[in-house]
Amino acid sequence: MSRLRNGIRPLIIFIGLLLIWYAVTLTGIPNYLLPTPATVAEALWKGRDYLGYHFLVTLSEIAMGLCCGLLLGMILALTMMFSPRLQQWLMPVLIISQAIPVFALAPLLVLWLGFGVASKVVMATLIIFFPVTASFFDGLRRTEPGWLELAKTMNAGGLAELRHVRLMAALPSFGSGLRVAAAVAPIGAIIGEWVGSSSGLGYVMLNANARVQTEVCFAALFLLALMAIVLVQLVDLSVRKLLYWVPDSSQTR
Amino acid sequence: MNAISQNPLPTAASLPVGDAPPGIVVKDLALRYGRQTIFENLNLEIRSGEFIALLGASGVGKSSLLKIIAGLATPSAGSVIGSDGKPLAGRIAYMGQQDLLYPWLNVRQNVTLGARLRGEKTDDAWADHLLEQVGLAGRDTLLPSALSGGMRQRAAIARTLYERRPIVLMDEPFSALDALTRAKVQDLAAELLTKCTALLITHDPLEACRLGRHLIVLAGHPATLGEPITLDGLPPRAPDNPQVLQSQGRLLRMLTELHQ
Repeated sequence: MSRLRNGIRPLIIFIGLLLIWYAVTLTGIPNYLLPTPATVAEALWKGRDYLGYHFLVTLSEIAMGLCCGLLLGMILALTMMFSPRLQQWLMPVLIISQAIPVFALAPLLVLWLGFGVASKVVMATLIIFFPVTASFFDGLRRTEPGWLELAKTMNAGGLAELRHVRLMAALPSFGSGLRVAAAVAPIGAIIGEWVGSSSGLGYVMLNANARVQTEVCFAALFLLALMAIVLVQLVDLSVRKLLYWVPDSSQTR
Repeated sequence: MNAISQNPLPTAASLPVGDAPPGIVVKDLALRYGRQTIFENLNLEIRSGEFIALLGASGVGKSSLLKIIAGLATPSAGSVIGSDGKPLAGRIAYMGQQDLLYPWLNVRQNVTLGARLRGEKTDDAWADHLLEQVGLAGRDTLLPSALSGGMRQRAAIARTLYERRPIVLMDEPFSALDALTRAKVQDLAAELLTKCTALLITHDPLEACRLGRHLIVLAGHPATLGEPITLDGLPPRAPDNPQVLQSQGRLLRMLTELHQ
């Protein structure tokens, strides 16, 4: 029963938003300011090849950024755990990297790496790695001392301790970082496309805006939102699978 | 639950090692944190195969002593060796205050944890036997979160025994259980640990009197060990055994007097 409700809920939200949107367009707002749902649907259908291509570009940028960000985040967290001295040097750098807004870095990255995919992937990576590093490192540091002591009395080697105890114990924190990363991943790619690109949904939106094709802009936005939601849901599902032993109190309610 | 107490005494197959287990010799042990001395010149000899219960107020240094013996903490001075003159490393199994079951492993995987951590092949027949002994047969695929407190503690006992270590150290392992479950788990532990040298920390005089051969009180600042109280008869002794009741009263009086 509750499973069914959970499946239907997004649909209800979607239809509700559509209705509100439609109601607002009835007030006589000109089409170039707020297109009706119908015109946007039409734009979606007519431009399906064009939009589909740019959708895939943005999707691949986000996917690559997510992979690189995850990898970088995990490597940094493990490095900092193994070497407290390196951690003292790395931590300020990490914090500086987050203190500078990606918006400010975007033009430079485009200048250095060009209009292609690389600059967007780097930007997404910059946004993604930090929550992963911070949460994973936190999890690695806070291993229950009793578990480590037990492993020690059982003559566990350093690698076995890392693999069977520390990594497993840090997975719940890693999962939280992963969820945040998935939610912010599209930001980096879109900003990069805004600043300078020849493809991607961000480029489509900028282009459509300049030509007052507001309905195309909305269509791109719709696709972007869809991508973000599916991404977050997929990550959430895999995190749940990964953390099969963590009781999920929101599920039992 | 009832199945536990009806289980037969451990057969030869469940014994940790063939030979007599080594005793523990603690010599001139000292532990200091900065200027604070927890204990000094501590000497204790536990003979082969004996079950010692160590009592004392919280914060007196019982757990620290146990961790030093287990090799988990370093003393400021002194030494701990086996009564055979060899070091104890690798011959000790340790049970902490919590069951410390790894939540991502199921019961069987937790019981065979030692093999997993050392990269050895698991001894499934031995694990089956132990699970049967602690009354968890058929529950081996459950995750710890699906177990009751008593079942978790029994799984921890099975994990401790799986190691086949001749010396077992326990740090208040049953303190979190309710009275009835605690009594059952105590019976089980006493039966399964008869051939081991065992040191049990507890703050429960009844538990000490039911399980211990010698009872020793650690008290004072810096802490010293009191004269041992020796009890006859095989553990687990019945809770209404006159000797248990008498020693329990004596212990409680000693502890309250020492505390003032």
